[in-house]
Amino acid sequence: MSSREDILGRVRRQLGRTPENAVRGRSAMEGYIAARAPGPHGIISGDLVSHFRDKSAALSSSVEDITDLAQAPAAIARYLASHGLPQQAVCWPRFAALDWKAAGLQVESRPTHGADLVGISGCFCALAETGTLMLCSGVDTPAALSLLPETHIAIVAAERIVAGMEEAWTLLRSELGEVPRAVNFISGPSRTGDIEQTIVLGAHGPYRVHILILGTP
Amino acid sequence: MQVRSMHFKARAGEKLADAQLQVNLGRAKSKFVDKRAHAILDLEDFEATRGAAKELRDLTLGDLDLWLERFETEATKRGATVLWARDGAEVCQMVIDIGRRHGVRKVTKSKSMLSEEAGLNQALGAAGIQPVETDLGEYILQINDNEPPSHIIAPVFHKSKEDVSALFARTHHLPPKTDIQEMTREAREVLRPHFLSAEMGISGGNFLVAETGSVALVTNEGNGRMVTTMPGVHVVITGIEKVIPTLEDLATLMRLLPRSATGQSISNYFSLLTGTARSGETDGPAHMYFILVDGGRADMVGGEFAEMLRCIRCGACMNHCPVYQAVGGHAYGWVYPGPMGSVLTPLFAGIENAIDLPQAATLCNQCGVVCPVKIPLPELLRRLREKQVEQRLRPRSERLALNLWSWVAQRPAWYALATKWAVRYLNWLAGGRANIPVLGVAPEWTLGRDFPAPEGRTFRELYAERQAKRGAR
Repeated sequence: MSSREDILGRVRRQLGRTPENAVRGRSAMEGYIAARAPGPHGIISGDLVSHFRDKSAALSSSVEDITDLAQAPAAIARYLASHGLPQQAVCWPRFAALDWKAAGLQVESRPTHGADLVGISGCFCALAETGTLMLCSGVDTPAALSLLPETHIAIVAAERIVAGMEEAWTLLRSELGEVPRAVNFISGPSRTGDIEQTIVLGAHGPYRVHILILGTP
Repeated sequence: MQVRSMHFKARAGEKLADAQLQVNLGRAKSKFVDKRAHAILDLEDFEATRGAAKELRDLTLGDLDLWLERFETEATKRGATVLWARDGAEVCQMVIDIGRRHGVRKVTKSKSMLSEEAGLNQALGAAGIQPVETDLGEYILQINDNEPPSHIIAPVFHKSKEDVSALFARTHHLPPKTDIQEMTREAREVLRPHFLSAEMGISGGNFLVAETGSVALVTNEGNGRMVTTMPGVHVVITGIEKVIPTLEDLATLMRLLPRSATGQSISNYFSLLTGTARSGETDGPAHMYFILVDGGRADMVGGEFAEMLRCIRCGACMNHCPVYQAVGGHAYGWVYPGPMGSVLTPLFAGIENAIDLPQAATLCNQCGVVCPVKIPLPELLRRLREKQVEQRLRPRSERLALNLWSWVAQRPAWYALATKWAVRYLNWLAGGRANIPVLGVAPEWTLGRDFPAPEGRTFRELYAERQAKRGAR
């Protein structure tokens, strides 16, 4: 007998499975999945954007507001300079056309090879409840860019900030239809507390996460 | 991993006498406990969230075969291969076969307790495939001659930074660091090339989502993302009980898991991984495998220990356990320590191989109170104790004493006589003091505490006297 049949067979025996109750069970299961009932939520005080800003800061991300995407290069150049970081980065294709040169930045739109120090990405949406970015992998939204560089800069449109994870799933189903290979929720810089439960930022992923919230002017 | 749970008593004694370990444990315990207490406050209704989590875990466990089939169908549809393993030996063989099929020489691993159960690292090493643990704690254990973890969330809970510093200096041949930040950077720089060169990544799975055939993976360090993004092959090793229904249910559980585990409102990285890299994607694995492991779980379904299968491996029970806080995780002798380990080890490894564990609890129910999925841990421990007695696994002296007690307790006249003499004996030992410093029949009991002296006579004697007075009136 295959391991699969052995394991499932024992589970079925334990549960007293019959063909009749399997039919009932399957229809109850599909009904449950279709209902997609949410559980109790987290608390959100104030509007979504300000809650997101507070929670992000609590997770050690830094947050800055811009009112026009064209302001992003200068804002990023200032941020990098203030942290003594090189004025060089890789970015997602959707930001390739911004005027990086005018801000004194050398930005390439390509997959990261691991030696890049700064990665600039967008996000699918963001969660106000926990100050979390939600990124979906794809051809034009590679996952490694928000992971390998020591500094991750994310541009978040204010209208893409939703309350919690349930709202994000609803958005994902309606806009993408199918789940992408990787949905990555990012909540601040990578960290570890393994040695003496002392929190250290920059374990394997970025040391810094800087978020530009793109609001309406 | 070899089961060494028969020596709990002896090991507990050693651990209590280990002054350095006591300092490390003392430093660590308050952080988890206080942070959790604070983190549960920003939920609309923490108790209702716990209730919802319990219900949704019970829902899938109550029809586990159907949910697993649903998961398998969805995962397969999206390009993953689903394999089933009866035990650790099958897990090891499957991983080695997958490795050989794809010409793998090096594997990076994110934390998987199932691979600890299976002893996977040793098996991979023997098959000529180099396993590299990438969770900082697990990495420290691996370079310390594959030392077992002492906590499921914080594997090196028992170590001080001086221990780690010495170990790094010895292994990396670099000058010793004194600062935890510098040590963490050193580990990052040692491990980064492994992430980029490994052909295969192995992870555990916090949850399997039946709706989409996905695995949800929670890490803080980012190593979980690394091992599932960079190598061409990703193998998920997880227990068959981990399946949950929908993405909405995942949201509910994710409000509980990080809060209960580390007191965080959310872990830094939380990924939902579904199938293989889509065409044109520049990262993500071309091959994805799930190994769904039984390892004693199937036989628990629908049985008297089924509630234990709800466990989401947060570690809150051990963080809050007065026994764990005193002796640390190694005393428990297998993969899972603390109250959840004291239930799981006898069930997975054999009740006769872990005789002390169900007794290694005060049944104070701290674990039951903090459990995010409401597992009645003290009740399950008590049931295991009953099984030990039924199977005549307890020591002869204990069985004899219990039989004697049972005989006396069922005969009121004998009981009255026995308690009367016991009280006289204890009063004699007390010699007029309020406490008895050395208890004659069980001197170990009074090693660390006094035994309070009885207040004169037994309840029965006082009651009889009062009844007699009333009758006289």
